[in-house]
Amino acid sequence: MARISLKNVKKSYGATHVIKGVDIEIEDGEFCVFVGPSGCGKSTLLRMIAGLEDITSGQLQIGETVVNDLPPKDRGVAMVFQSYAIFPHMTVRENVAFGLTISGASKEEKDAKVAEAARILQMEHLLDRRPSQLSGGQRQRVAIGRAIVRKPQVFLFDEPLSNLDAALRMDMRMEIGKLHQQLGATMIYVTHDQVEAMTLADKIVVLKDGQVMQIGAPMDLYHDPANLFVAGFLGAPSMNFLKVTVQGVNGGKVLVSNGALDPVEVSGKRGPFRVGDQAILGLRPQYLSVAPGSGKLHGTVALTERLGAETVVEVTLKDGNPLIAALAHDAVFDVGSQVHLDFDPDRVHLFPVT
Amino acid sequence: MASKFTVSNRTGWLMAGPAVLLIAGFVILPFFLAFYFSFTNQRLVSPNATEFVGMSNYRQLLGVTTLTLDPVRDDSGAVVMKDGEPEYPSLRTITRNNPDRPDLAGMREWFSFSLGGDSKTFVLARDVVFMKAVVNTFIFVLIVAPVQAGLALGLALLINQRLKGINVFRAIYFMPVVVSIVVVSLLWRLIYDGQSGLLNNLLGAISFGLIPPIDWLGNPSTALGSIIAMSIWQAVGFHMVIWLSGLQTISPTLYEAAAIEGASKWQVFRYITWPGLRNTAVLILIVITMQAFGLFAQIDVMTNGGPLDSTQTIVFQAIERGYGKQDISGGSAISVILFIIVLSISLIQRWLTREKT
Ligand SMILES: Nc1ncnc2c1ncn2[C@@H]1O[C@H](COP(=O)(O)OP(=O)(O)OP(=O)(O)O)[C@@H](O)[C@H]1O
Ligand SMILES: [Mg+2]
Repeated sequence: MARISLKNVKKSYGATHVIKGVDIEIEDGEFCVFVGPSGCGKSTLLRMIAGLEDITSGQLQIGETVVNDLPPKDRGVAMVFQSYAIFPHMTVRENVAFGLTISGASKEEKDAKVAEAARILQMEHLLDRRPSQLSGGQRQRVAIGRAIVRKPQVFLFDEPLSNLDAALRMDMRMEIGKLHQQLGATMIYVTHDQVEAMTLADKIVVLKDGQVMQIGAPMDLYHDPANLFVAGFLGAPSMNFLKVTVQGVNGGKVLVSNGALDPVEVSGKRGPFRVGDQAILGLRPQYLSVAPGSGKLHGTVALTERLGAETVVEVTLKDGNPLIAALAHDAVFDVGSQVHLDFDPDRVHLFPVT
Repeated sequence: MASKFTVSNRTGWLMAGPAVLLIAGFVILPFFLAFYFSFTNQRLVSPNATEFVGMSNYRQLLGVTTLTLDPVRDDSGAVVMKDGEPEYPSLRTITRNNPDRPDLAGMREWFSFSLGGDSKTFVLARDVVFMKAVVNTFIFVLIVAPVQAGLALGLALLINQRLKGINVFRAIYFMPVVVSIVVVSLLWRLIYDGQSGLLNNLLGAISFGLIPPIDWLGNPSTALGSIIAMSIWQAVGFHMVIWLSGLQTISPTLYEAAAIEGASKWQVFRYITWPGLRNTAVLILIVITMQAFGLFAQIDVMTNGGPLDSTQTIVFQAIERGYGKQDISGGSAISVILFIIVLSISLIQRWLTREKT
């Protein structure tokens, strides 16, 4: 069993507080992704779980054990580093077998386990090469191979794909997903790439400035972001935010509008909202549709980008603010023409102004 | 295409000029002159013209031969004993004015051994002092190179930590390197002093007077050892710094990966640190070897090659010949021999430590 639980975990370097009290529960076998902007403390948090960085306060539990003061080797974790950290003077085989060599495994055992890892990662033909003779993606495989031979309870990945090009990144992403299914181990994966987060995760932890913004399944976070930060962070193109004024409150529903938006009644669950309040309305570009002659939003087309699968349109609203809409692939617009956009009021999010 | 930096760069040549001239004048020219002089009978000052003498300087230095002698027997055929040892014919009668063995003329006993039986084998050298110098120099190198490199590595590992005040230790270990070797040698002469030296006082104090004062530099059996110890101490800080720079090129994530895989301290050293220091190790070994072969200042200040030639070294001999005895050709021949020794050893070391593909 390798549940991981962080209770009010903090980290400071002298007077700089990097992790400011984090509570996370990760279930056994779960794929958990930490996302957040650069410098938010993802790596630090991961390294604290690995035991490479000590914990200033709070409690870290892996399985049934509080591991705050255990050295990395006693935590049953394996880690894949962004820079691969494979040993330059060893062959691929020696690299992959490193953990077994360290623990004094027999040659037969090493050979068998290295062969198995090589098969899983499709790198049998690379075993006798040196790291300098490998491409970036192959090096990353070696690093993953070194992590899997020991069959640890927990895998930690720190931006493992960020040094790879886009195509390779997608392949490796899928392979890591498959690997998780095959091994069934608990995995924690750090990235600032939201596509990796959305596709791989069972559970996403969104971090900002050393604090947890929201924890949940990818689609829950996408459809029900707890705050503006999460709403803006997930999804591409990112969510549109319109400044609106509260016109009326009716139970859980709030009536809002602004200069470009006809009054619309939306959910007020992130409230409380009072009449006359300023609020922010979040609309995903994908949930906007063209409604000739009608629609709730009015503006002119400023720019269109046809991406094939969809057409991204930048609209200048009547009140002068920009808005992005991702429309069906065959939509064609002339720049400067009038557009009227509609949306489903259940798919938008109203946030209080903080 | 000639680059802008190699053509018409007058400023560049002007800046490099003085250094180039000095190196040419004091390093390159003497190097070739030494080769030339070693085949002549050049003296420092002499009214006679210089003559070519071929290999005779080298023959004089390197001439070694063996001579096996039977013990002196009395009329009855029994071995004549002297002080409990068999007596052998006097070597002088054989090597001097002996028409039977003109090849042994002028040779002296270097050492002798007996391979069972009564006969004894004498190793004769034309220049016994030079032979002793060669042996001493090799002993010095063979002890100093591994011990100094090892100690320096140990210090570098200790000092390569993030601790408060670690720079103080770095400075302390490096200090002897920046002090002139002559000053260091003078100080150590006081430390090694036979009566009231620091070392004797210290040993006396910790042994409650049981260890009698030893004349470290005046005793043939301790003199070379004392110089070895002091030389190791003096330059260990320099090599520590080189090791340290090697240590710092090893990526910290490799250590983190090893820690996660569960490597012990020793395993980390064996699998990460040592392989990462490979090139540094080759460099340090070659540098120490070359420096050690150049042993001179300590000898000149502390023992002058004595007592009983127990601290003669090749460079000390070269300089004593060349300037002390004004025998420039002999000194040059010694320098050339040293050059060949050091060159061969460096090449062998490089070959042994080459990157195996
Ligand atoms: N040794 C240190 N001393 C002081 N501050 C540090 C130290 N290490 C990291 N930090 C700070 O901690 C914060 C979090 O760093 P961390 O490396 O965890 O960010 P990250 O989320 O992984 O970012 P990235 O996506 O760029 O890798 C940063 O603001 C960084 O400046
Ligand atoms: Mg990071």
